[in-house]
Amino acid sequence: MNAIIISAFMGVVMMFSSWGTSSIKLQRNIGLLGMLLLIGANIAHLTGVWVIEFDTKGMLVFNRIGLYANTILFVLTFIYMWINGEEIDKVGDHTHTADYYAIFFFILCGVSVLTSFDNLLMLFIGIEILSIPLYILTGADKKNLFSNEASLKYFLMGAFSTGILLLGITFIYGATGSFHLTAPVINPTTNMPVEHFLMSAGLILLFVALNFKVSAAPFHFWTPDVYDGAPTVFTSFMATVVKAAGFIAFIRVFEIQREALGYSWFIILPFVIVSTLLVGNITAVFQRSVKRMLAYSSIAQAGFMLFALYGRSIFNNEAILLYIVAYSLATIGVFAVLVKMKDYSFESFNGLAKKHPALALLTTIFLFSLAGIPLTAGFFAKYFMLNALLTAGAGLWLLIVAIVFAAVSVFYYFRLVQAMYFTSGEPAINEIDKKYEFKLWLIAAILIVLGVFPSLLFNYLYF
Amino acid sequence: MFLLLFLLIPVFAAILLLFVKKEQSVNTIAISAALVTLLGAVYIIISKTSSFDAAWLPLLNSRFTLQADGLAKILVLLTAISFPAIFIATSKNQPTQKNIFLSLMLLTQAGLMGVFLAGDALLFYFFWELALIPVYFLCSIWGGEKRIAVTFKFFIYTFLGSLFMLIGIILVYSHTGDQSFALASFKQAHLTSGMQLTAFALFFIAFAIKMPIFPLHTWQPDAYEQSPTAVTMVLSAVMVKMGLYGVIRWLMPLFPTAFIAHSNIVTLLSVIGILYASFIAIRQDDLKRLIAYSSIAHIGLMNAALFSHIQVGVQGVLVQLFSHGINVLGLWIVADIIEQQTGTRSMKDLGGLAKKQPTLAILLVGFAFANIALPLTNAFVGEFLMFNGLFQFNPWMAAAAGVSVILAAIYTLNMVQKIAYGEISAATNLMPAPNKNAQGVLIVLLVIVFFTGVYPQPLFNVTADTLQQLFVK
Repeated sequence: MNAIIISAFMGVVMMFSSWGTSSIKLQRNIGLLGMLLLIGANIAHLTGVWVIEFDTKGMLVFNRIGLYANTILFVLTFIYMWINGEEIDKVGDHTHTADYYAIFFFILCGVSVLTSFDNLLMLFIGIEILSIPLYILTGADKKNLFSNEASLKYFLMGAFSTGILLLGITFIYGATGSFHLTAPVINPTTNMPVEHFLMSAGLILLFVALNFKVSAAPFHFWTPDVYDGAPTVFTSFMATVVKAAGFIAFIRVFEIQREALGYSWFIILPFVIVSTLLVGNITAVFQRSVKRMLAYSSIAQAGFMLFALYGRSIFNNEAILLYIVAYSLATIGVFAVLVKMKDYSFESFNGLAKKHPALALLTTIFLFSLAGIPLTAGFFAKYFMLNALLTAGAGLWLLIVAIVFAAVSVFYYFRLVQAMYFTSGEPAINEIDKKYEFKLWLIAAILIVLGVFPSLLFNYLYF
Repeated sequence: MFLLLFLLIPVFAAILLLFVKKEQSVNTIAISAALVTLLGAVYIIISKTSSFDAAWLPLLNSRFTLQADGLAKILVLLTAISFPAIFIATSKNQPTQKNIFLSLMLLTQAGLMGVFLAGDALLFYFFWELALIPVYFLCSIWGGEKRIAVTFKFFIYTFLGSLFMLIGIILVYSHTGDQSFALASFKQAHLTSGMQLTAFALFFIAFAIKMPIFPLHTWQPDAYEQSPTAVTMVLSAVMVKMGLYGVIRWLMPLFPTAFIAHSNIVTLLSVIGILYASFIAIRQDDLKRLIAYSSIAHIGLMNAALFSHIQVGVQGVLVQLFSHGINVLGLWIVADIIEQQTGTRSMKDLGGLAKKQPTLAILLVGFAFANIALPLTNAFVGEFLMFNGLFQFNPWMAAAAGVSVILAAIYTLNMVQKIAYGEISAATNLMPAPNKNAQGVLIVLLVIVFFTGVYPQPLFNVTADTLQQLFVK
């Protein structure tokens, strides 16, 4: 409960802070302090030092995984804010900084609901709290038509998928008479779950709606346009923290409920996984703009994250958490470099290694992590996912499809490496100061440390 | 603990090099680091088997285990000899940003040492990939005209192969009794025969691409030709051994049933590859491509002998792992001197080397003999044993592979003839004074060639324990 209350409170504080002070720097610092407060409050809950308790009638259940996921997502948001502070100011002519931070906190409130709901109504509320501020962020660049278009598109598609979500919840209520996430009814003679038509239909609608949110194919069509149209700093946030929260919610719903779908789960999920990997990877290869390539790459990475849903495995939690950290940090890093570019074509990176060797090396580390090369966290993220998939009983063919697409992903990530190192040219990049570079080094250091000792992340999961 | 030095010395030297710009000190640091590693390698050869073990990933039960048995020792020795030899022989070359060039080379060395020493499957995979990354940059930055596309093809090929191996590792891991990545647990994994076949295939793809086995070899001649020669030396002297090493270390003990079941088809593919590469080598005019194809043929023979699974043949492979590295390194160094001094690799533009630089010509002839495996050279010992094994396995295959010896004589002697004899060509006439450093290295290598050719017993002694583990139950 700590995180939900503090984040909502901080959102309000940020809204009013633009009345209290006109100094953008101060507003930014209040935001960062608020973030630290939020992280602190959440850790206090996790360790049981200080807990605000309400009787939610079991609508919210705070377990260790959820709270730990909270901590990770908050820390990621903090890193994101800390690095991108100046770029966030720039969106909309330096006048709305406090508003953006308020929106971030409201989104985090939605995130905290999504990591702790045990009731489908709460799922709905969480998703709405998360989504509505996002529509605003997407359209934050008010004078840019692409940003407006993206915002409208996102809103319409998002509203549509929420409709499907609600329909699914209604069906499930019709079948069970309750909004609670309950274990499926087991037939004592066959030891298999009893299939109930309304329940199955409802779960499949829920599945579709959640796939929308995490942009898995064939429900991904909004993603490239929205990610491309939104201001680049905000794309970075949407593709990382928001997407990760979507996955946590997805897993919370289907961790147990998938069993109610019986065998059909093992048809629809692999179908979604394979089509997501196919669409994301193959389309990313043909992109001309780095930003659009990253949008498709985020679809492709979602395909890998879906592995954690497949079945029961002791590695599921580790896999999804590590994947979230590795993918988000690397993506935040690449976007942090991208916002400094004057245009987003691959050609604008030509010769970056000559002009900014350090920046080129950093970008390479981020891209290596996304591609899953050893010594970066991305490798162990992919490793744990494959391991989870295999121990959950998936066929070998699915793993082979996955790694073939992992190899395809090298094509588009390395195109950027090739542009930076092996093609000569004048990179179209804005000035970058040492402080900014230092922040990026920090991300790279985390990626490499987790790439050698991934266990560091899991120590707090159980103790 | 001692084994850790093989990783730490190159890595520290590599980091140090990033901050040193002066040409002279750059060379000194790289060469001395490589020589210290060589001393260490000599020490473990004469000392007893040693190992290093530390906790790494408790969650997965994977440990940072390094171990040096005969197989590892002989490849560590090869790696440790190759790098100083390469550094000294090419010390006169002037790549741009030489400090970074050498730094990446040393990182490659660390990766290779890790591959050969790892006693834990996940660690092995880790180093397997790490050895590849610096090479990718080395070839793409300092290579020839078509370097970017060619290196990318090489990278994608090997990366895809190693991902297959990763699935194989996960598959075997999930069937180990104690859920561990240790080599010993892998050997005792409970695999059904169907599972064994699958896991075998997954591992084998990675090794076959690395060696490479026909028809997965298409990346190799291009990559060898386009890479800077110092890197080509690493690729063909040491890096291809990773594939053979993988077969001996992982495939043979882990999947005995599947190994025997596939021996016919793999041996057949290898023999086809040997003949195919030999015939192509005859038609080559480019010196680098000729050596590249010749190397495919030799590696193919080693793989055929491995899969015949006859003790004497495998013994030959264990010796040849070392000998082939030394021989091909010698040939590459000669090729590099010729290219650097004449500016061409095309054999039709060369000629009369014997008159212009007699010492170099003699050294070339020495390594050419080793390439044909004439008696008294080290390759004779290995190839004799390998043919012996192959003959016991299947005389027809041995006969077909035996044709390659004749073909090797044709293309190698043809090469010697074109380069060393005849009138002094315009390109050869340009050659300045002999490169003393490189010639010194060549003389040392040639001494090793003839010493191990006449008295190979030390090599047999070193690898005896590996052979015993493989064949005595």
